[in-house]
Amino acid sequence: MKKTITLGHGSGGKLSHKLIREVFMKYFENDILLKQTDSAILPAIKNKQLAMTTDAYVVNPIFFPGGDIGKLAVCGTINDLAVSGAVPLYLTASFIIEEGFHINDLIKIVQSMAREAHLAGIKIVAGDTKVVNHGQCDKIYITTTGLGELQTKYSSISTGDNIKSGDAILINGAIASHGMAILSARENLTIDGSIHTDCAALNHLIQSLLSAGIEINFMRDATRGGIATILAEVAHTTGLGIEIEEEAIPIHDPVLGLCEILGFDPLYVANEGKVIMVVPDDQKEKAMQLMQQHPEGEQAALIGQITTDHPGAVILNTVIGGQSVLGLLSGEQLPRIC
Amino acid sequence: MEYADQFRNKELIRKTVERIHALSTRPVTFMEVCGGHTMAIHKSGISSLLPKHIQLISGPGCPVCVTDRTFIDTAVSIACMPDIILTSFGDLMRVPGSNSTLNEEKAKGADIRVVYSPLDALRLALENPLKNIVFLAIGFETTAPGTAISIIEAQQMNRCNFMVLSAHKIMPPAMTAIIQTGLPINGYLAPGHVCTITGADIFRFIPDQYQIPVVVAGFEPLDILQSILLLVRQVEHKEANLEIQYQRVVNYTGNSIAKKVLKKVFNLTESWWRGLGELPQSGLGIKQEYKVHDAKERLPIVVPQATEPKGCICGDILRGLKKSTDCPLFRMVCTPDNPVGACMVSNEGACQASFRYNGLVS
Repeated sequence: MKKTITLGHGSGGKLSHKLIREVFMKYFENDILLKQTDSAILPAIKNKQLAMTTDAYVVNPIFFPGGDIGKLAVCGTINDLAVSGAVPLYLTASFIIEEGFHINDLIKIVQSMAREAHLAGIKIVAGDTKVVNHGQCDKIYITTTGLGELQTKYSSISTGDNIKSGDAILINGAIASHGMAILSARENLTIDGSIHTDCAALNHLIQSLLSAGIEINFMRDATRGGIATILAEVAHTTGLGIEIEEEAIPIHDPVLGLCEILGFDPLYVANEGKVIMVVPDDQKEKAMQLMQQHPEGEQAALIGQITTDHPGAVILNTVIGGQSVLGLLSGEQLPRIC
Repeated sequence: MEYADQFRNKELIRKTVERIHALSTRPVTFMEVCGGHTMAIHKSGISSLLPKHIQLISGPGCPVCVTDRTFIDTAVSIACMPDIILTSFGDLMRVPGSNSTLNEEKAKGADIRVVYSPLDALRLALENPLKNIVFLAIGFETTAPGTAISIIEAQQMNRCNFMVLSAHKIMPPAMTAIIQTGLPINGYLAPGHVCTITGADIFRFIPDQYQIPVVVAGFEPLDILQSILLLVRQVEHKEANLEIQYQRVVNYTGNSIAKKVLKKVFNLTESWWRGLGELPQSGLGIKQEYKVHDAKERLPIVVPQATEPKGCICGDILRGLKKSTDCPLFRMVCTPDNPVGACMVSNEGACQASFRYNGLVS
């Protein structure tokens, strides 16, 4: 096999077939994909609603401590389904690759996708590859589309219609690791690579709570914009107030340290394996226990509650006992000068 | 982070706040000069802990905020020149010039890169010998030594393709200008990181000549509260002294090596400050012997003096005359999404800090 991707790999000819057979089919192997039909034919799902989502991944660098673009593309889309209360079942993956890209790197990415899909218990059932001229894309872009089944009783989890005053707000672990891992890898900011992405599929963790009967009134994965953005959106759309205890929010020391150096507010930094959950107050302990039993929820924490005070606003009770307001971030956070 | 945690200790914070409440009897206005202080105050909600009669106002110590529009216009014009890689600290990318921002020029195809240090820009000069690398140098005595070292190294390596557009400024003339506006300020929280380089003595003239207390403050919540306590104590005892709260970093004489490189590369020039206008001897220009690295000397820059946007009161805010909430544009027209003035662009700008963290609490 050639060592690098050429325009021929996207032409639909021999090279394309070889790439599909020796890379994609080899690692994504499953009964549906192996049929090589024009579209994946899926078993019928009775008495369930369907949930569908799509996301494009263009991260730079493509390999970073704790993950890579492939892991991100699988986990990110699984999480979008899972936080809607759906059980993720199938993914499609489409690749845009810059000519000259190393096939070994592509194999590493595809292996990583296959591993995450296997762990999450989903199948990658269709795909596409396009190769563009050098300089027309940055190494590799991946788009994944996910399909899941949703029990009707969970259909208001994603809208948050059931959120009410007194509800508890939980998070499954330490924040801001992904954003700072990417930044430190991109800019070579940490010598020992001590900051790792938190990228992980959360479907098993979430399903363990749902199947134990926890009434989750709202969930969302705190990706770009961090937890502050989600909380501000919830306050805005529900018209209710939110109170957050800064001290309760878990964050790893090296992550906090890098945020401090660069002047970033970790509450606004991206995560890839964190879910904000709103549950009735009387179920918060049970929800916490269930989360903490799961590897992705060991550091789960109760970080705040919904209130009728200060409607539409998120108040942060700061570590020092003061109060400040968390609003929506504008643009991206920029490193400060001094 | 353990070290920093000591300065966020809830019990120590509570005790310090109690002492401020117990000691403070009269209405006072203190100015935090540095943008880093402004952000820390808003982010940790310090104002909500203080007695109502202690008012904190933001000063001219946010480097982006005091950088005038003409500098951005100049940077934009350089970005459009052939064979240029323009390098900048991230904060500057969104600052509005007269017609464009660096972000907009980047989107149109100009080669503009965010760097974390002028030495990153110098590295680009080594890697791209056929391009001219221009570093946009803004900031006070804190960031200027890094620029000076990059210029010295560029000259040692004979890298003529490395240039600096200097808008570096020094703090004392701006402080004098603010004091001379006659604003009733009862004490200054002086910038800890500037003083790390210069030594606290650069602010001694404020208590000596104007009888106003100065405390050089660190950047953690407890640092700031302790500094406020020291200012309150001076005010209540009718004293005016220069004190250093940030003693773990700052002394009276500063970092002699950093001061030496500043002197070697820069000379004092007049400089335009947003809100304060042109102040003599307040800018750091590149000396003749390093002019090969001075973008102003090397590049054909023709940019007219820009005017401030209509209705924007950033100037008055930077002088402490008005607060963000006094501005008719604040929240209505001027938001972090669509900043009109520089105080809304910078992370450390008074308007952005107020917009982000203080919407309801105040």
